[in-house]
Amino acid sequence: MQKSFVMRNPSTLVFLGALAMFTILVTVLAEGSGAGLISTSFVKTLGKTLCLALIAVAMDLVWGYTGILSLGHFAFFGLGGYMIGMWLMYERTRGIVEASLAEAKIPPTAQEVTDAIGNQIFGVVGSSEFPIIWSVADSLALQLALVVLVPGALAAAFGWLAFRSRVTGVYLSILTQAMTLALALYLFQNDSGLRGNNGLSGLQNLPGLDHVAQSTVSIWFFWASAFALALGYLFAAWMVSGKFGSVIRGIRDNEARVRFLGYPVETYKLFLFTVTAMIAGIAGALYYPQAGIINPAEVAPIASIYLAVWVAIGGRGRLYGAVIGAAFVSLVSSWFTGGQVPDVNLGFYTVKWVDWWLIVLGLSFVAVTLFAPKGIGGLFDLWSEHRSPNRHGADLGPSAGSLQEKEAVE
Amino acid sequence: MRTYVLAALMFLGSAVMTLAQTDSPVGPIQTVLQNHKETILKSSRKTIGPAIDAVVASKLPQARSMLNVWQSKNMWHHKPSGLFYQAQKAEGKIYRLLDLDTGDIVDEVDKSDLKQIKPNSGIRALIATALVRFQLEDPDPLIRAKGLTGIERAPDASLLKPLLASIDSETDPELKARKSRLAKLLTISFSDDGPARIAAIEALSGDLGLDVRGALNPLVSKVTKAFEGEIPSSLNVAQTRIPGRDEFTKAIAYQLLVDAGKAPAQITGDQIRVALGEHIDGGLVGGVPIVQLGDEDARIRAYSALATAGKVPPLVSDADIESTLSSFSFADIYAEPSPDVSKAAEAALSSISTRVSLSQTADLTLDALSLASIYFLAAIGLAITFGVMGVINMAHGEFIMMGAYTGYVVQQLIPNHTVSIIVAVPLAFAVTFAAGVALERLVIRWLYNRPLETLLATFGVSIALQQLAKNIFGTQARPLTAPEWLDGALVLNPVISISYIRIAIFVLALIFLGVFLYIMKRTRLGLETRAVTQNPQMAGAMGINPGRVNMLTFGLGSGIAGVAGVAIGLFAKVTSELGSDYIVQSFMTVVVGGVGNIWGTLAGATMIGFFQKGVEWMNPSNTLAAQTYMIIFIIIFIQFRPRGIIALKGRAAGD
Repeated sequence: MQKSFVMRNPSTLVFLGALAMFTILVTVLAEGSGAGLISTSFVKTLGKTLCLALIAVAMDLVWGYTGILSLGHFAFFGLGGYMIGMWLMYERTRGIVEASLAEAKIPPTAQEVTDAIGNQIFGVVGSSEFPIIWSVADSLALQLALVVLVPGALAAAFGWLAFRSRVTGVYLSILTQAMTLALALYLFQNDSGLRGNNGLSGLQNLPGLDHVAQSTVSIWFFWASAFALALGYLFAAWMVSGKFGSVIRGIRDNEARVRFLGYPVETYKLFLFTVTAMIAGIAGALYYPQAGIINPAEVAPIASIYLAVWVAIGGRGRLYGAVIGAAFVSLVSSWFTGGQVPDVNLGFYTVKWVDWWLIVLGLSFVAVTLFAPKGIGGLFDLWSEHRSPNRHGADLGPSAGSLQEKEAVE
Repeated sequence: MRTYVLAALMFLGSAVMTLAQTDSPVGPIQTVLQNHKETILKSSRKTIGPAIDAVVASKLPQARSMLNVWQSKNMWHHKPSGLFYQAQKAEGKIYRLLDLDTGDIVDEVDKSDLKQIKPNSGIRALIATALVRFQLEDPDPLIRAKGLTGIERAPDASLLKPLLASIDSETDPELKARKSRLAKLLTISFSDDGPARIAAIEALSGDLGLDVRGALNPLVSKVTKAFEGEIPSSLNVAQTRIPGRDEFTKAIAYQLLVDAGKAPAQITGDQIRVALGEHIDGGLVGGVPIVQLGDEDARIRAYSALATAGKVPPLVSDADIESTLSSFSFADIYAEPSPDVSKAAEAALSSISTRVSLSQTADLTLDALSLASIYFLAAIGLAITFGVMGVINMAHGEFIMMGAYTGYVVQQLIPNHTVSIIVAVPLAFAVTFAAGVALERLVIRWLYNRPLETLLATFGVSIALQQLAKNIFGTQARPLTAPEWLDGALVLNPVISISYIRIAIFVLALIFLGVFLYIMKRTRLGLETRAVTQNPQMAGAMGINPGRVNMLTFGLGSGIAGVAGVAIGLFAKVTSELGSDYIVQSFMTVVVGGVGNIWGTLAGATMIGFFQKGVEWMNPSNTLAAQTYMIIFIIIFIQFRPRGIIALKGRAAGD
């Protein structure tokens, strides 16, 4: 008899329970909705962390399960942020402009309002015209649709080109990295239509909701992020638990064999790449209103590499590992780089964590790759006494299937 | 009494002696001055000419210093003797007189006996021109060259004559050529002689110098003017213009009339708004309620009503514009009155611009070549570690950075730049070789066959190294100064020039290519490396130690990256991000070129360099866009040649 989805995936239930508990706890303690023990800025940090956890789940799907090391998923994340940022900025500027024009003796025409908004938004880059990509910025519904459509379209186009020509492995990684670099460089230009390196700012203010305090807005976004993470996690768990999950794991372990079994490998990969890009877009759209500003530096290749770092440290190939990795590393990072950790005085040298944290992170990343390929998630295996069999020797690598050194020899 | 007489005698004697001195036969320059005493004392710009000419014509060696003295207001007239002297203030009101011929001190006199000659600015300019002539005819070629440079810097109509006069006597052929070229330039700009100007223009029509274009451009500058009725035939017309044709739109034509005050200005939307605001009358403007004025048509209606009432200037309709324009004719008029000269200048400029664009193409090719050699240099280490061994080393960029910083540190210790570079190159190789060997031993060898893990682990190393460099050297850019003999540029003509550093990098890239080929094809290590990368088991069976070979090869690739770092540091600022700026491009270069083949890397670097320069040329203001398009181009290129430009075939391809 077919067991139910939850029975097959007990970890999903545990995860959702933990997430719900966490959300309730934060809500109760937060400044805007409860005891006030957690400051608004920390609520925002937690909300942002949940968004990062969501993109980490997407990354885990694409890397941990399918074996495509994408170093470009933060491009989709950033695009999602830009798409929602356009609406936020447009509507908010319109509010300001209409308020100031209302003072005038003669009521403004629609054209005058649009011109004034354009002037406000693009004044910093020496322009006042609305570029064509802003043509639907006044519609929340369309702009929300673009949050998933734009990253999805870019991923589909890129993925179609890349997978079609059988670019795999590290070549694909480098190509995805080049894609983010190209996007970042493009956005850095002033005439990209997205305000160059100024980026979009003031995103924390919701248009028409100026009377609502930031503490309240922050908790709304926290809920939204938690909800999105829960949905994303469920979706990912559902995807990997069925036949689809088996196929993509097969692609990870031996792509050629899956192709010979008759599966359209490229279609599977393209579908997964596009879907995860959309999830990344949603995560970005929730992240940047909490961060308040988005600029092209967010899309730089380094961000996507950190994403891979989180997933690797958390433990790839298991969804909760990705979430733990993203949450743990990003929170610890902001703790260390925030200057709150006391310096260590060695007598001859004072270790300032702001300076040394990246070195620790880099080296621990090397250590995790070398000694603990399962990451933090591996600790759960120890706890549940779920050990992998001793298979004698090193991994032979992705194209050699799941065999390991000694087995292959025998 | 006796003493008095004695004193009186002595006084007389000294007076007589002074007199004797002043009365002694005057020097030749003094004679010239005395001949023109009146004009000099009168000091008028209009009459002074002959005096200066006479001084110049005397060809005396001291004439020049005399003119200098005169120009700097140091020439004084000694009233009692009527002679001219250079005077210096001794003490109080006593001045010391210096002879203009010999420069000797001849007397000390009271200021009341002296009159300072104060040439006004006009005279000083005439003297300066005369001095230029001296400079141009000076026996020392260096001074002549300096004089020419002065004229080049500040060309002036008055300089043309002395310049022309000095050409014939010039002995140095190089200076003679410079002089006659300069004379032509001045003729073009300042001469009144039409045929001479045309001849000069034609003579310079193949010259690429910016100064030639600078002299010619004013001759072809033109303004569009409006004329009521016919265009006067006295003007030098470049082209008649018809409103609405080509880029000369009716709006531009009308604006021209408005600017000339020949037509009423069009009323803009802003002006309408302001005017409406000024004529609000009890909630109505021109009979239209204010609330309706958020609409363009309503505003026009309200404004027309106001205009009918005579409160505001009337709107200018399209029909008005049309009828106004029809009564005018338009033409581009040259500022230069002579049609022959402007025609010759146009022809010369167009032939110059053809040559300029040819030269620019050549210059762009050189630029692209030098960019390509930089990419090649950055990528050649990767061609070994990634191309031959198949190891993805994301810390490769940091090895480049380490090399650059090594160069910087060596330069702090050895101040001589040439020596420090000579020391830095092997040292950078040694440092990065050691770092590469350490990385291979500690990390990479555990991850062979798992390229994705290698990528991530080396990325961890990369961020750690980058931060370490930041901690040690700080975030600001450190200079790595090139030796003096690499300063400057090789200038082929005014458009084509290439700096020596870029040539050095190009040469270095060629050397690296040679070294790489030699090691891979001619040495034991190269043979073993190729064997191990093709089939480690079989190589092991043949007695090769794969671990050791891998270690050495990786060290070699890293060491080359270090040397490349020194070279790159010479023209780019050394920062901790130096390496990461190049890493993606370097991987691209190797991938595009074809993994495992050095010729492929060369082809890849060339292609990327040329493509990027080409895009920059089309859109010079935007190097970011060039990089974006380059990456997109590469992504698409890989669609068609997934294995790169030069793909390995057969057994060497490894699959």
